[in-house]
Amino acid sequence: MTVYILCFTLFLVGIYGALTKRDLIKIILSLGIMGYAVNLMIILFAYKEGASFAILVRDGINSNMVDPLPQALILTSIVIELGITAMLVALSIRLFQKYKTFDITKIRRLSG
Amino acid sequence: MILPFLIIIPLLAAFLITLISGEKDNWAIVLSVLAEMSLLTLALFSFFTTGNDTFIYEMSGWKIPLTICLVQDALSGFMLVIVNLIALTSLMFSISYIRQYSSPWKYYALFMLLITGMNGVIATGDIFNLFVFMEIALFAAYALVAFGAKAEEYEAAFKYAVMGSISSTLILLGIGILYASTSTLTMANIAAELQTKSPQVTHWVAAVFMVGFGLKSAVMPFHAWLPDAHSSAPAPISSMLSGVLIKALGIYAIIRIFFNIFGAPPVFLTIFMVLGSISIIIASYLALGQWDLKRLLAYSSISQIGFILLGLGIGTKLAILGAVFHILNHAIFKSLLFYNAGAVEMALGTRDLRKMGNLRGALPVTTSTSMIASLSVAGLPPFNGFFSKLIIIIAAVQSQHIAYAIIAVIGSLLTLAYFMKVQRYGFHGETVVSEIKKPVSLGMKSAMIILAVLCVVASILIIPGIREITMDPVVSVIMSKTGYVQSVIGR
Repeated sequence: MTVYILCFTLFLVGIYGALTKRDLIKIILSLGIMGYAVNLMIILFAYKEGASFAILVRDGINSNMVDPLPQALILTSIVIELGITAMLVALSIRLFQKYKTFDITKIRRLSG
Repeated sequence: MILPFLIIIPLLAAFLITLISGEKDNWAIVLSVLAEMSLLTLALFSFFTTGNDTFIYEMSGWKIPLTICLVQDALSGFMLVIVNLIALTSLMFSISYIRQYSSPWKYYALFMLLITGMNGVIATGDIFNLFVFMEIALFAAYALVAFGAKAEEYEAAFKYAVMGSISSTLILLGIGILYASTSTLTMANIAAELQTKSPQVTHWVAAVFMVGFGLKSAVMPFHAWLPDAHSSAPAPISSMLSGVLIKALGIYAIIRIFFNIFGAPPVFLTIFMVLGSISIIIASYLALGQWDLKRLLAYSSISQIGFILLGLGIGTKLAILGAVFHILNHAIFKSLLFYNAGAVEMALGTRDLRKMGNLRGALPVTTSTSMIASLSVAGLPPFNGFFSKLIIIIAAVQSQHIAYAIIAVIGSLLTLAYFMKVQRYGFHGETVVSEIKKPVSLGMKSAMIILAVLCVVASILIIPGIREITMDPVVSVIMSKTGYVQSVIGR
C-alpha cells in the first residue's frame, strides 16, 4: 500500500509542477514526472512478490510469473511520451526563438 | 471487412506522401484526395450496410479477450461518415489555402495522420488501442496547430500540447485502474466484468475519465486551451479540430465509455447536464464579447458541445437522438463557418470583425454561405441546427428538466445574438469592401457550397422514414446498456 501512496505522491508532484511552474522546461519535466508516475503505477498493478518474468520454461508453463501485459502497455506509452516530449521541446525551442524567454508569464500574446 | 482499411489507407497515404513528395505538393494533393475519397466511400458503405448489426474484426487471428478488435456498429459508422466527410471538404479547401505556407506537402502527411488517429479511435474496440490512436491524432493536431510558424501559433500549440498530455496521462491512469480491476482491455469484456464488481470502481475510474475526456472535448471547466488552439490553426485545420476532433476524441469516447462500458451511471448523467449547461451559457456569453472571428467561433464550439452533452445527460431516447443529430449538424456548420473565416482571412488579411465591412460584392459565395451557416447554428428553421436544438429542448421539457430547457433556450438566443453580430459587422457592415488581396479559389468555394447545401439537406434526416434507417440504430446502440457487450462477446 505504501508503494501506491508514494507513486500517487509522485503523480501529484508532477501535476503540481505542470500547473504552477512558470518555466517552459520545468513544465515539460513535470509532464514527464506525471507520465513516469502513471507508468510505475501500471507496472505495480502487475507486480507479484517473488514471481519471475513471463517466459515459458523448458518443462511446461511457469506457474508463478508476473503479468506481462502491463509491461507491454508501458513500453508503448513510453514511446508515445517520448514523441510528445520531443514535440514539446521543439515547440519550446521555437517559442524561445520568437520571444527570447522561457517564462510563460511573458509569453502571452493570446488572451481572453 | 472494411474497418482495417479505414486505418490502413490514411496511414499508408501519410507514409507515401513523405516518401514521394519533393518541393511541390502536387502528388501529395493527389494521394491525399484519393485516399480521402476512398475513405468516405468506405465509411458511407459501412454505415448504410451496418444497420442494427455489429461486425467485429479480430486482428491477426487471435480470439477476443487476447486480440485487439475493431468494432463496427451504427455509432462508429455514423462517426466515421462525419469525420471523413468533413475531412474531404477540408482537403478541398486546403489545396490553395495551404500554399501560402512553406513546404505544404508536410501538411498533407500530418493531415492523413490526423485522419488515421480519428478513424482508429472510432473503429477500435480495445481501450488501450483507443489511447494509442488518440495520441496519434493529438500528435498530428499539435503539429498542425503550429503549422503557420508564427509566435501565436507556437504558443497555442504549446498550451494545447501541455493540456493534451495532462489529459492523456489521466486517461492512461484510468485505463491502468480498469485493467487492474478487470484484467482485460477489450471494452466489451471490461463492461461485462464491471457488472460483477462494486460500483465504487466504476465511479473512481469514471471520475478520472471524466476529467481526461472532458479536457479533450473542452467542456466548460476544461476549455482553456480550445479558443487559442482553434483560432491559431490554419482554417481547414480549425474546421477539423472544431468540427470533428473534439467529437471523435471527446464526445465519441465519452459515449462509448460512459454509456456502453459503464452503463450510464445516473450520477454522471447529472454531471453531464450540469457541465453541459455551464458550457452553453458561459461560452455563449464569452463568444458575445469577441471581435476576432475565429476566436468567436471557437467559443461557440464550446457552447455547442454543451448542447450535445446536455442531450446526452438527459438520457431519454429523444434527447440522445437530439445529441447525435447535433453532433452531425455541428460538424457541418462549424466547419463551414471556419472555412468562411479562412476565406475572409485570405482575401482581406484580417479576421477582426470591425475591419471587415460589407463583403457582399467582393466575396459573394463566402457571404451567402456564412449567412446559411449562421442561421443554422443559431437554430432558425428550416436549417439543421433548428431541429437538433428543438429536439434537445423538447426532451428536456418532457423529462421534467424545465430549468435545463430554459438554459438551452437562453443559450440558443445568445447564439443567435453573437451570430447576428458576425453578420452585422463582418459580412454586411457599413464600409463596402471592393478590392481583395487574393481571390477565393474554386476548391475553397466548392467546399463551402457543399457544406452549405448539407446544412439544408441534413434536416431531412429527421423525417421519420429516413430517421429509422439512419439515426435510430445509432440511438439504440447508445441507449441499450447490455447491447454492446452482447453483440461483441455474446456471439
